[in-house]
Amino acid sequence: MSQEVRESRGPAVEEGAGVQTTSPKSSLVREREGGVDQKKVVFARPRGLTEAHTIYCPGCTHGIIHRLVAEVLEELDLLERTVGVGSIGCSVLIYDYLNVDMISAAHGRALAVATGVKRVLPDRFVFTYQGDGDLASIGTAETVHAAARGERVTAILVNNGVYGMTGGQMAPTTLPGMRTTTSPAGRDPALTGFPIRMPEMLASLEGAVYLARVTVTSPKEVLRAKRVLKRAFEVQLQGLGFSLVEFLSSCPINWKMDPVDALRYIETEVVKYYPLGEIKVPEGWKPLA
Amino acid sequence: MPKRKILMKGNEAYGEAAVRAGCRFYFGYPITPQTEVAEYLSRRLPEVGGVFLQAESETASVNMLYGAAAAGARVMTSTSGLGLALMQEGISYLAGAELPAVIVNTMRGGPGIGNIAPAQADYRQAVKGGGNGDYRTIVLAPTSVPEIFPVMELAFDLADRYRNPVIVLSDGMIGQMMEPVEIEEELPPLDLPEKPWATTGTMGRRPKNVIKTDYLEPEELERHNLRLAEKYAQIEAEEQRWKEFALEDAELVLVAFGTMARLAQAAAEVLRSRGIAAGVLAPITLYPFPTRRIRELADSPGVRSFLTVEMSLGQLVEDVRLAVEGRKPVSFFGRTGGIVPTLDEIVTAAEDVAAERGVRSR
Repeated sequence: MSQEVRESRGPAVEEGAGVQTTSPKSSLVREREGGVDQKKVVFARPRGLTEAHTIYCPGCTHGIIHRLVAEVLEELDLLERTVGVGSIGCSVLIYDYLNVDMISAAHGRALAVATGVKRVLPDRFVFTYQGDGDLASIGTAETVHAAARGERVTAILVNNGVYGMTGGQMAPTTLPGMRTTTSPAGRDPALTGFPIRMPEMLASLEGAVYLARVTVTSPKEVLRAKRVLKRAFEVQLQGLGFSLVEFLSSCPINWKMDPVDALRYIETEVVKYYPLGEIKVPEGWKPLA
Repeated sequence: MPKRKILMKGNEAYGEAAVRAGCRFYFGYPITPQTEVAEYLSRRLPEVGGVFLQAESETASVNMLYGAAAAGARVMTSTSGLGLALMQEGISYLAGAELPAVIVNTMRGGPGIGNIAPAQADYRQAVKGGGNGDYRTIVLAPTSVPEIFPVMELAFDLADRYRNPVIVLSDGMIGQMMEPVEIEEELPPLDLPEKPWATTGTMGRRPKNVIKTDYLEPEELERHNLRLAEKYAQIEAEEQRWKEFALEDAELVLVAFGTMARLAQAAAEVLRSRGIAAGVLAPITLYPFPTRRIRELADSPGVRSFLTVEMSLGQLVEDVRLAVEGRKPVSFFGRTGGIVPTLDEIVTAAEDVAAERGVRSR
């Protein structure tokens, strides 16, 4: 431990004016001492993340996904020309967590809002961050038509299979048999139909050019998710059309599981219904291995 | 600047007036009797470097407005009452987030799908709101096709000045009729206000901007609402606008807006020819309501009575009564369901009121 010091990375704070001042003690930034003057950064808070504490429950994967968004925005040098659109759900306060211009949209309407932004500012990078209730239920029409128009925006769908913020009700994505507060006997497809696989559903639309599903249940999956997210962002930067990345996420509180079990449940059960991988890539692109 | 006189349909005038007011972005969904606004702008906006986009629903169009307004643009949509019903969620968000946008609402018969004939039964819907929360929408009402031009310019200016949505309340008659308008040959230069609050990307210049409507702490939300209320109070103090006709010596004051304001004026002329001193007050701003002028008239000893003339079963009359505060009797005459009252009907109704209220016949 004596070889390690904790220190904030100056420029991240200076350039992100308006962000809370970094306290070295509370900073997650860690540097390794390589000599008296030489330090090599091995892990740092991305400049795209503020230091605000999130409201997420223990074991929730929103934090990891936020970080991936921030890392990719930074790596593609997009932080200063990005407009993000948050939505209603657990991630409603994302505008506090990401250090870019942010708009908070009405429930389900993020892709209509993103459309308005992108049509006014076509050279800006525009993404939405939405839950499954938001994007796949109340906002289905906005999602389908933004994709059909080939809006040059990127949708990030965080699918945990329940309405988390309102306390764990059945979502359009809830797996058959899964118990929620509004499907107390387990979701019965005879009564409530079947879960929607959004990327597969959108895949027939010409305007939707990059559709993928990832998860963040392990470091390996996190790294893979980051590559996928970067490709989705690049699709927008190249003006190819609409892109969407679905993250299979956990909700330990509403699933009534401990965080580790929740991740294992994704890996063993959820992926059976929601297969991971790239569902659609632009013509001429090689799918990720 | 050289001007030219052309014949223009009301709905096309809304489109051209928006372009002249610096609007370059339109998002909307077809609905009769206003569809020509969209058709006109689908041709016109690309000519001036703007964007016309047909949305999948009114719900989507108002949220596209929300995004475009957040990005700093002058932006508009147009619809009819049924569409405005779907937009109420978005209008509440625009008001809460303090985003400027203009919504042209061309009223037709209701409730439900009703019919496509001219009506004014969506007065309450536009003026009193319908979205959730303590908010107000500025509402303007032109009375003729030529008046659409200054009213639309005012709509965009007020929207930007107060960072608030503005509804321009039209009806199927004004939208569909043609009148000569005089417009400048060339478009005025774009001279739009700076919007440092807009979410355009930080571009290295400033801290991030956030456009939002959520305030999770009750005290914080109350502070936000009180600040909005102060803004509305300022709007009520500074922006009341109306037109008047022959009110100097009027004993009977007809109050009407939009199409009915013109019919009311024609009725007042007939009434005067028959010895009844009638005048007309036509609100141009329905919110803020021209309460000041109406109260002045109510306090005037010469005024015996008010009569609202509406294409509804009595909506405007409620605001006139609130403004008059019982100082003078306020009567109502209206037809509904898409029927435009005839001049004779209005004159007869006014004569009945005049007789009942002791308005002298000279």
